[in-house]
Amino acid sequence: MVKTAPGVLPALRVAAQRPPRARRGLTIALFLLPAVVLFALLVLAPILLAFYAGFFKWNGMGGLPQDFVGLDNYLRLFASEVFAGDLRNMGFLVLASLAVQLPLSLGIALLLNQRLRGRAGYRLLFFAPYVLSEAVTAVLFSMILAPDERGLANAILGAFGLSSTWFADTSTVMPALFLVMTWKYFGFHTLLYLAGRQSIPKELTEAAQIDGGTPWQVFRHVTLPLLGPTIRISVFLSVIGTVQLFDLVWIITGGGPSHASETMAVTMMEFGFKRLQIGYASAISVVMFVLSLVFALWYQRFVLRRDLEGATVNR
Amino acid sequence: MTTKLKHLPLHLVAALLGAFVAVPLIYAVVGGFKDTAQLSTNPFGLPDPWRTGNYTEVLAAPEFWRQLGNSVFIALATTLLVVGVSALASFVLARFAFRGREAIFTLFAVGLMFPFAVAILPLFVLLRTFGLLDNPLGVILAQAAFGLPMTIIILRAFFRTIPNEVEEAATIDGCGPFGFFWRILLPMARPALATVSVLAIVGSWNNFMLPLVVFTDQQWWTIPLGVQQFQGQYASDTARILAYIVLAMVPALAFYAVAERHLVSGLTAGATKG
Repeated sequence: MVKTAPGVLPALRVAAQRPPRARRGLTIALFLLPAVVLFALLVLAPILLAFYAGFFKWNGMGGLPQDFVGLDNYLRLFASEVFAGDLRNMGFLVLASLAVQLPLSLGIALLLNQRLRGRAGYRLLFFAPYVLSEAVTAVLFSMILAPDERGLANAILGAFGLSSTWFADTSTVMPALFLVMTWKYFGFHTLLYLAGRQSIPKELTEAAQIDGGTPWQVFRHVTLPLLGPTIRISVFLSVIGTVQLFDLVWIITGGGPSHASETMAVTMMEFGFKRLQIGYASAISVVMFVLSLVFALWYQRFVLRRDLEGATVNR
Repeated sequence: MTTKLKHLPLHLVAALLGAFVAVPLIYAVVGGFKDTAQLSTNPFGLPDPWRTGNYTEVLAAPEFWRQLGNSVFIALATTLLVVGVSALASFVLARFAFRGREAIFTLFAVGLMFPFAVAILPLFVLLRTFGLLDNPLGVILAQAAFGLPMTIIILRAFFRTIPNEVEEAATIDGCGPFGFFWRILLPMARPALATVSVLAIVGSWNNFMLPLVVFTDQQWWTIPLGVQQFQGQYASDTARILAYIVLAMVPALAFYAVAERHLVSGLTAGATKG
């Protein structure tokens, strides 16, 4: 900008810019308004309302809740056997995902990154279940994993003299659910890892090979560290998805047999829509929210941050 | 020969996993051509005889087509709404400097962590207050609202990559902000718009929880609700249910075949930026 006499310029500028600036403000407001209104009304307001309703005994009728009960809903929740089961089931699914599904996805991604014949076809196939709805997946597997000999899985196992009760028994229902989740979601994680692997420059792995690294060493000391950010994102999405698992469980087992496969979202819907205890159900949704939020913040702070630290240390 | 042998285990693992994914799908397609008696006596083999009745009966049922129509309508309306509203917001969030911009963007971005399930009960109460139960608008508006964070994050990132010179040239040629947005920015952003649209369509198509609480009237049921209901109605007629879910899968898989590139780029972009 050209320098003129200091006293004159600000006044001139203000005079020259006032009409466009006001219009500019109006433009910004008008462009933002629809998104802000939609978000405030249907995302923020319901979440705030859930927090509020969690302190009331409320059947959801007649305006805002009136019957304030303080922390009663939460006390009842934390004393509840079913809720403890919800947490156990969530823990099981999170651990199983981390221990089985993610290493499997990573391995498959590295495999598909090799020159494997038909890899485009495999990629298409592995990812296909992800685009199916959980509802379709649930109905399909409730038939395939039927406990009697009519189910395909037991027909296959029967050839080896084996069989399973799948969703029909409290001891097998969670592993069976985990099997369905793996079928539906490992392709998605494979896709993430594949994208991450392909963003690693060839020079790095080639240099390690030329220096005499065995395939395992190249993987352990070059590929794996460079995949760090992708792994952390994949873990994050997996955990957040598990916390709110609903469709599959609701359709296949409804949380049974005898609450053995119930998740927090299922318990919430059960109390919210079947028994009309909206206050108590809101308390459950608040716990879900807080769990996700605390996990997300903790993860951002302590795990995702390492990506940045690594960058500075290596420099 | 030696390289072939070395790759053998890899091929084996890939083939096994391929079978794990493919067998349930093939079982459903082939099973739809059997009757339920055949399914239990002959679970693996080809149908004998091939029966097309299950498929043709589903295709002849008006409920199936109505659910399909509802799913398509709700998915398209949701997508139009969320992409349109997000594009407007992303435009000013990307290309205007004003106080509070980052705060507003962060608020939207944090929305990515709000699980849908948390809001479902109050959402139900709100929609009832507005008279939007058993109204497709209830599902459309709520889905669009929850789609905002991801859409705005992706679109804003893309809008930022368009050089300032383009905007300056447009302004000199007499374009106002809306003219630039409508006639220059949106056409340039076609790939990003395709990506977010595909994400919105898939999200809406597969949504189960929200239609479940909003629609008690069968008139508005979408495919996922129909699939669940059909299973309940024909519990013992496995072959018929298989035919139904195969037909319910077809649109999703066809869409995936067409839009694979956009879906994949959207999911990986969403994951790395979320």
